[in-house]
Amino acid sequence: MSNYVLVDRLQFTLTVTFHYIFPIATMGLALFVAWLKTVSYKGREGHRFRPWRKTQEERDDYESAARFWAKIFAVSFAVGVVTGIPLEFQFGTNWAQFSNYAGGVIGTTLAMEGVFAFFAESVFLGIFLAGRERFSARVHWISALVMFAGSWLSGFFIIATNAWMQHPVAYSKSGDKVQLDSFWGLITNPWVRWQYLHNMSGAAISGAFVLAAMGAFFLLLGRHERFARLSVRVGVIGALIFCVLQIFPTGDRSAHDVSVHQPAAFAAMEGAFKSEKGAPLVIIGNPNTEKRKLESTLALPKLLSFMTSKRWDEQIKGLNDIPTNQWPDSVPLVYYAYHIMVGLGTILVLIAALGVFLLWRGRLYTSKAMLWALMLAFPFTFIANIAGWATAETARQPWLVYGLLRTKDGASPPGSVPAGTGIFTLLGFAGLYLLIGILFVLLIVRIVSRGPDDPELTTTSTQASAGAS
Amino acid sequence: MQTAWFCFLALMVTVYVVLDGFDLGVGALHLFLGRTQEEREQATAAIGPVWNGNEVWLIASGGVLFMAFPAAYAGAFSGLYFGLILVLWLLVGRGLALEFRHQIDNPLWRSACDGVFCLASAGLAFVFGVALGNVVRGVPLNADGYFNLPLFNILNGYALLIGTFGLVVLCAHGASFLALRGVGPLASRAQLWARRLWWAEALLFLALIGPTYAVRDEMLTNLTDHPWRLVFPLLAVGSLIAMFVFQRRDASGRAFAASCGFIVGLLTTMAAGLYPNILPSHDGHPNGLTVHNAAAGDHTLNVAIVWWPLAMLIAAAYFFYAYRMFFRGGPPEIGTTPPTE
Repeated sequence: MSNYVLVDRLQFTLTVTFHYIFPIATMGLALFVAWLKTVSYKGREGHRFRPWRKTQEERDDYESAARFWAKIFAVSFAVGVVTGIPLEFQFGTNWAQFSNYAGGVIGTTLAMEGVFAFFAESVFLGIFLAGRERFSARVHWISALVMFAGSWLSGFFIIATNAWMQHPVAYSKSGDKVQLDSFWGLITNPWVRWQYLHNMSGAAISGAFVLAAMGAFFLLLGRHERFARLSVRVGVIGALIFCVLQIFPTGDRSAHDVSVHQPAAFAAMEGAFKSEKGAPLVIIGNPNTEKRKLESTLALPKLLSFMTSKRWDEQIKGLNDIPTNQWPDSVPLVYYAYHIMVGLGTILVLIAALGVFLLWRGRLYTSKAMLWALMLAFPFTFIANIAGWATAETARQPWLVYGLLRTKDGASPPGSVPAGTGIFTLLGFAGLYLLIGILFVLLIVRIVSRGPDDPELTTTSTQASAGAS
Repeated sequence: MQTAWFCFLALMVTVYVVLDGFDLGVGALHLFLGRTQEEREQATAAIGPVWNGNEVWLIASGGVLFMAFPAAYAGAFSGLYFGLILVLWLLVGRGLALEFRHQIDNPLWRSACDGVFCLASAGLAFVFGVALGNVVRGVPLNADGYFNLPLFNILNGYALLIGTFGLVVLCAHGASFLALRGVGPLASRAQLWARRLWWAEALLFLALIGPTYAVRDEMLTNLTDHPWRLVFPLLAVGSLIAMFVFQRRDASGRAFAASCGFIVGLLTTMAAGLYPNILPSHDGHPNGLTVHNAAAGDHTLNVAIVWWPLAMLIAAAYFFYAYRMFFRGGPPEIGTTPPTE
């Protein structure tokens, strides 16, 4: 691969990976802020819907929790916006030939994200943070819902864009470009459905674990008891629901899509070199692409065939039967990213299940070991999410648009953006993002140390919105 | 259909410059207009609830450019690589300085954030001008629709002139805004600056005509060949005069409206002068991109003609609502509540 393509890839990897931390947090938290806000707004004693049957005191707890989480949301959203702008522009700056080639198709979903989702999110976040004093309770509640809808809609358009790159549909070739044939076909791409749900459920898992971790932290410290219990409770229940959805049906169906449409990617993910009937499911193992086998493996016989097709002796195509120029650039990278995602997902579902069990037995708030586990688990949800994204992207290689455009043919021509220029801006982004990361952590630490009883959360001023809109 | 999309794109860019223009201008000027920490606070609070929403217009315009004219998007962004990356870094720095200014209660921290906010805002106003200047001047496109302009060729004489003009216009726009939304000494100082900057605006506006004709005579002949297009420069000139009159009458609201009109006039004049080019090539390079050879396929544009107005209508509705809620009544009282966030 030419140098300049590698530099463009590294820069995109850096900027998208760093950026992606924040949408995970905001899409996950938006769901829970909307839920807390809804309970606080709709809840009353004797409500027919049991989760909304709340006393006035409980509703106040939900309200103050919603405000606290909205503040964490706002900081994450701000960083998500500033790190997201470079991504949209980098399609043009670093991937000009790809933009030229595919812009007629994917420009639609990206433009729709801007005009439908971003406007709604930014305006209603401003309204939400400006507070109840300037807007009625109803508008405040609606703005929480719009923030949630906006961030999840944003996610849809990005996944629809990515799904087209994974599985191009609804296009025709015109000259040396592609053009859109059916808008409806683009947004109902069969690939979108499960990838979107899998992705969003992953974000919701992160949101749930962040809630649980914060609650566990305060419980272990013995501070903000009421807020902490509420956060842990909502957190573990949410975590269990979405962990289960993450595995079945969304994860199962996403893997099925890959096995049908990208056999080489699927074989690399599973570390399957030789084709066989009744293929085993590999739990641990190191792929060796030179010897074309998996070393030091621990595998469950026949399970992979069963999970893919529901038949124990289904034939699974291995990498040995696929020409190497169809292989992902780095089989081990795909393999490890995928196994990290699956491995962490398995551990997280166990933690969530145990948490809900203890909640049911009434021992969750006092079980020190469980609270420690919940407090320390949340970073691993982000690692699992990013590993999942990395799996999807590295497994698609060497294609930028699967089957249509190779990655090396999508970069900006070296005449426009030489490798040296790319290295310069890559280093610039690295430095800038390091600074952003440090500032973000500082701010979150500050919000957490002030806690949910911080009077600033309930007073409002123009500066409150000035700071965080 | 391509022509319609050229107009929509011009409309979105114009809305962006009018809206984000005043907060860029406030950013560039607030260090000079606000003598005390409180006054600077007041200046940033005036744009506080809306600047982020304003900036979304830039992102949305970028998205619509990508959707409707992918070849122009690809060519311009890769060719002006350094300029674009600089814009991104400035946007990041500016956003962070504004977001995080209130988060740490330390005078040095606030001064540092104020400094970054000021430099990044001024830098953006200047770089946007430079970018537009290069588009008007034309770029050395090759047959594949790509070009490469080294940094010092991006900063050519004409582009620098337009960059300076952009900075001055947006500063004046920001000063008019603060004259309207500020209180006390801040507002009167802003008014004074708005009046002073008017002369610079008018002078540079006149000085631009000659060089613009020199680098691209179509910018003027396009207008004279289609006389109805002269409404755009007339709007600019009329607004400029109106701005002068209203400033002298201390009618801050109308002066600000005139400043908006001036910016609308300038950008529409530029669009009318460029059309049908969208990324013209420099003299001697015949590969310019027009609305026809840069446009996406018909289906894309036809479908977008349905969803785009719908989205714009919804966005306009809640922008209108939010602006009314945030800007109703007098300017925000600062100092009565503790600065939060």
